Amino acid sequence: MSEMTYRDAVNLALKEEMRRDASVFVLGEDVALYEGSFKVTRGLLAEFGEERVKDTPISENTIIGVSIGAAMGGLRPVAELMTVNFALLAMDQIVNHMAKIRSMFGGQTFLPMTIRMPGGGGSQLGAQHSQSLETYFMHCPGMYVLYPATPADAKGLLKSAIRNNNPVIFLEHELLYNSKGEVPEDPEYSIPIGKADVKRPGEDVTIVAYARMSILALEAAEELAKDGISCEVLDLRSLAPLDEAAILASVRKTGRAVVIEECWRTCGLGAEITSRIYENCFDILKAPVKRISGLDVPMPYSRKIEKICIPQPVNIRQAVMDVMSGEY
Amino acid sequence: MEARLRTVLPDQELLRLYEQMFVSREFEERCAEQYTKGHITGFLHLYSGQEAVAVGATAGLHRDDYILSAYREHAQAIVRGADPRRVMAELFGKATGICKGKGGSMHLFDPSINFMGGYAIVGGQFPISVGLAFAARYRGEDRIAACFFGDGAVNQGTFHESLNWAQLWQLPVLFICENNFYGIGTEVHRSSALASIHKRTCGYDMPSEKVDGMDVIAVYRAVKYAAEKVRETSRPYFIEATTYRFRGHSMADPAKYRSAAENEMWKARDPLPNYAKRLIEEDVATREALGAIEARCRTSVDEAVKFAEESPWPEDSAVWEDIYV
Ligand SMILES: Cc1ncc(C[n+]2csc(CCOP(=O)(O)OP(=O)(O)O)c2C)c(N)n1
Ligand SMILES: [Mg+2]
Repeated sequence: MSEMTYRDAVNLALKEEMRRDASVFVLGEDVALYEGSFKVTRGLLAEFGEERVKDTPISENTIIGVSIGAAMGGLRPVAELMTVNFALLAMDQIVNHMAKIRSMFGGQTFLPMTIRMPGGGGSQLGAQHSQSLETYFMHCPGMYVLYPATPADAKGLLKSAIRNNNPVIFLEHELLYNSKGEVPEDPEYSIPIGKADVKRPGEDVTIVAYARMSILALEAAEELAKDGISCEVLDLRSLAPLDEAAILASVRKTGRAVVIEECWRTCGLGAEITSRIYENCFDILKAPVKRISGLDVPMPYSRKIEKICIPQPVNIRQAVMDVMSGEY
Repeated sequence: MEARLRTVLPDQELLRLYEQMFVSREFEERCAEQYTKGHITGFLHLYSGQEAVAVGATAGLHRDDYILSAYREHAQAIVRGADPRRVMAELFGKATGICKGKGGSMHLFDPSINFMGGYAIVGGQFPISVGLAFAARYRGEDRIAACFFGDGAVNQGTFHESLNWAQLWQLPVLFICENNFYGIGTEVHRSSALASIHKRTCGYDMPSEKVDGMDVIAVYRAVKYAAEKVRETSRPYFIEATTYRFRGHSMADPAKYRSAAENEMWKARDPLPNYAKRLIEEDVATREALGAIEARCRTSVDEAVKFAEESPWPEDSAVWEDIYV
């Protein structure tokens, strides 16, 4: 084990996979010479050279289209979209092409490609640069969606994503890049796709969360423990496929659930998870399921009001207290 | 041969160009200071070095003409007539800001002066400019749409689609590319197969020209000519202004990808001192008269900072306002 940042964990996963497999290459805006807008691709150009670490024009739809072609042609592309917001310009290639090609062509080809994209709000970047679009990707069948909360998960999941033969959307939270944690050194270490992780075991309430929301949930759980409330924090890690079995098992144990999502509430992943809990655990629920979500508004710039648009630990604490008290 | 200044514009106008460039520079440098102090947050992309483009171009347009730009747009808004106090308040995230603190540095907007927005998705403003030009022609209004964008934006699909569209529908759009030779850390020849950007319009049979974007008079003359052509013919036109940003892409960028020699070469072409020198040499102004203009600009930016500091924060309830009409 060694301690490293989430940024360095992603970087290390990229380097290890590029060393391991010559068909892996990286492309994106400012990923080579500039070493990434968030410095995640630092050192890649120096180690792997210009043919494997490619700066691209600002042409998101084509970055993904070219990756699809390269994957179909036998390579294993890892594309970086500078932020998730710009994936909206590439939705044609992502949704109409990448996610459909294998099924539409009767299983005759496959696309072993990964699209990395930083996202999330909270840095006063305004409405066009602060979006949490995880649900947009989850909604579309034909690709996997991963969103790690810790450096160890970031490394392990990215390695699985790159080795996987399906298209994978790999989200990274901008506010987690500097967070630190222990990461296994073994180059064969990986985290399976589709497996949630109990980040804190507990008895009274299940908090279902992902990415930065899991970190906030852990903070809230720590505080709640002082009040005698025992929370189980389930970190999804994989949003698609969703580890429904793990969610249901935890809720069956605690009988209560709070679901935290950074994205907009309406039709968000929280609604999907809540609905699956109701469909499967109605008989044992001791309280209605509560959702804590990003507000259904375009993100304002001003830090004074930006913060109320994103779930905070205090909102999570309150939600847990509500489901415990019977005052919903 | 450079034209003598007085053959281009009257003295008062010539001095106004200097004042506008100076206030733009002063505003940006004070923004940097306020960012360092933590009063401005988020992304901050400064315009220092490129002033001759916004100032010369705006002078060549009519007040009724629409202006659209990207996220490096403080100067374009202020030169067009936005109140620097309300722009600074916007950057501070205050309720008195030009967009009530909701937009921030990258999203200024003021329809009262036909400044139709700063957009932070690269290439987002191209089709919107075409649509505004369409609305103007449809309603029989005598105005054109001036669309500013960077060298990095010309590889977006919207660039090509909008150039084709503007020409096909014969719409009054003036495309103004501010080629500062870099899109973040990527030099233009590393992102564009044809780095001479104005030549790209031949695919759309659109007239274009290249102008020295460090020379405010050259930009003014080119834009004035082009804007009149667009107005007369209701056809688009394309200008590439070559320029340089003296700072990094944003405050977060130390700009290590540019050599000291390159920086020096461009600093020597700084549009402010060079234009000041010309004004003095051609007896349009004395050094003292320029000093008085500079002092006035500093006072105006001081007032902007003070106004922003003293302004109230938005109410929490504001997040639910202004989403729908
Ligand atoms: C669609 C999209 N892709 C990527 C970005 C990230 N980005 C912001 S500015 C920029 C470079 C743009 O360069 P240029 O157009 O030359 O403008 P300049 O910054 O030089 O003024 C990039 C890649 C973005 N904002 N939008
Ligand atoms: Mg540029």
